[in-house]
Amino acid sequence: MNLEWVITIISNNWPMFIRGAGMTLLISIVGTILGAIIGLLAGVIRTIPLPERKGKRIILKVVNILLSMYIEFFRGTPMIVQAMVIYYGSALAFGVNMDLLTAAIFIVSINTGAYMAEIVRGGVISIEKGQFEAAQAIGMNHIQTMWNVILPQVIRNILPATGNQFIINIKDTSVLNVIGVTELYFQTKSVAGNNFRYFESFFVACVLYFIMTYAVTLILRYFERKLDGPENYSMIGQPAQITLPKNNNNRQ
Amino acid sequence: MESVIEIQHLSKSFGNHEVLTDIDFSVQKGEVVCVIGSSGSGKSTLLRCINLLEKPSGGKIIYRGENILDDRHDIHSYRKKLGMVFQQFNLFNNHNVLNNCVVGQVKVLKRSKEEAEKTALKYLKVVGMDQYVNAKPKQLSGGQKQRVAIARALSMEPDVMLFDEPTSALDPEMVGEVLKVMKELAGTGLTMLIVTHEMEFAKEVSDRVVFMDKGVIAEEGAPEQIFNNPKEERTKEFLKRTLK
Repeated sequence: MNLEWVITIISNNWPMFIRGAGMTLLISIVGTILGAIIGLLAGVIRTIPLPERKGKRIILKVVNILLSMYIEFFRGTPMIVQAMVIYYGSALAFGVNMDLLTAAIFIVSINTGAYMAEIVRGGVISIEKGQFEAAQAIGMNHIQTMWNVILPQVIRNILPATGNQFIINIKDTSVLNVIGVTELYFQTKSVAGNNFRYFESFFVACVLYFIMTYAVTLILRYFERKLDGPENYSMIGQPAQITLPKNNNNRQ
Repeated sequence: MESVIEIQHLSKSFGNHEVLTDIDFSVQKGEVVCVIGSSGSGKSTLLRCINLLEKPSGGKIIYRGENILDDRHDIHSYRKKLGMVFQQFNLFNNHNVLNNCVVGQVKVLKRSKEEAEKTALKYLKVVGMDQYVNAKPKQLSGGQKQRVAIARALSMEPDVMLFDEPTSALDPEMVGEVLKVMKELAGTGLTMLIVTHEMEFAKEVSDRVVFMDKGVIAEEGAPEQIFNNPKEERTKEFLKRTLK
C-alpha cells in the first residue's frame, strides 16, 4: 500500500467522502429509526392475545397474516434486489417517480422493520407472564400494560439487537449504489474510477465505515448504561444518622 | 352482612381437566377468609378466576349486584376494585418502588401524580417500605418485594384484597415480616381473601376458613371449628398431614 496515495486521495477527494459518509449515516439513522417504529408496531400487534369476540378476532387474524407475509417477504429476499424492484417497479407499475433519497430510506426502513418485528416479538415473549398479570390485575388494559410496563422492559432488552441492526444498516446501505444513491460506496467508486487507485480509495472507505459503526456501538453502550440507572439507591429519611460531636475549637 | 363478591356455580376446566367444580362461595364486607388445601386442589385457580386472570368455564361472579362474566361487563373497571398480591411478587421491573405504587393510580384511577404519590407513600409506610422509594425491584429482598407488592395493591384502595400464596416463594426468615403486615391489615377491617399454606396464620387471623379439595369446597367454617373440630374426613386427613 502506498501511504502517499492514501493521503493524496483524501486531500483531493475529501468532500466526496464526507458527503458519501453523510448520506450513508442519514439513510441508516432514519432507516433504523423508522424501521424500529415499524418493528415495534408490528411486534406489538403480533403479540396481542386473540380477543374473545368473533369480529375482533377475525380482524386481528387477518392483520397477523398480512404482517407475517410482510415480514417473511422482506426477510426472505436480498435488499439489493428489493431496491431494484421497488425503485424501478414503482416507476413502471404505478408511474411514481420516487426521488432517490426517499426510495433509499423507504427500502432500508421497511427492511429493518421486518427484522425488528421479530426482535420485538422475541422481546415481548421473553417478559415474564407475571408482569402482564400484575398490570392487568390493577385494571390496566392491553395498551396501558404495553406502554407502561412491558415496552420499557422490551426496549431495554432489545437495545443490543437494535444496535446490531443499525450497524448492519450502515454497511448494507452500500448496496443502494445499484439504484444510484450517492452513499459512501458510490462515492468511493467514483473516486477510484478517476484515479484508478482502487485499493487505496476503498481503504479510505473501509476506515470511514469502521469509524461510523464503532461510534454507533459506543453511543448505544452509553444509552444502555443510562437506561439501567444507578447500581445503588439511597434510603429516604433514615432515622439512624450518626452526627459527629461538635468541635468547640471552632470558636474564635 | 353485605357480600362484596358472590360466586355461584363457578367451574373451570383446562382442556378436559376440570379444576374447579360447582363452587358456591362469597366474601362479606370486612371479612378475612383463608383458603387452605393441598397443592392442586384449585385454591389458586379459584382466586385467579375471581379477578379473571383465568376465565371461568361456567357460573357467575356477582359483584355489586352484577354478573361480571356477562360479555358486556368492563373487566378493567372491575379489576381495579380488587387488589391482587402474587406468589412471585410481580413488581414492575422497570419502575422503582414508588412508581410501582403510583403508575396504576395515575393510569387507571386517573389520579394526579401528587395525589398518587401521597397515597403511595401512605401505604408504603403501612408496610414499612417508605424508606425504599428510590430502589428498583431487583435491589430488594423477597420479603421487601412482597411488602411493596402489598402496598401497590393497597394504593388502588380496592374493595377486596386477594392474596395468592403470598409467602410461598419466600425464604423462611422473610415469611414473618410479610405475615406481620398482613395481620396488621386484617386488624384494620380490610376485606381479605387469602390462599395460604400458613396454618398458624390462618387460624389466627381469619374470620372464616375454606378448605378445598380436588376442585370443590369440602368444608368451610370458623377457624376454631375447621382446625379443632373438622367434620369432614378429608379435612381431618389434610390437617393431620400439615399440622403433624
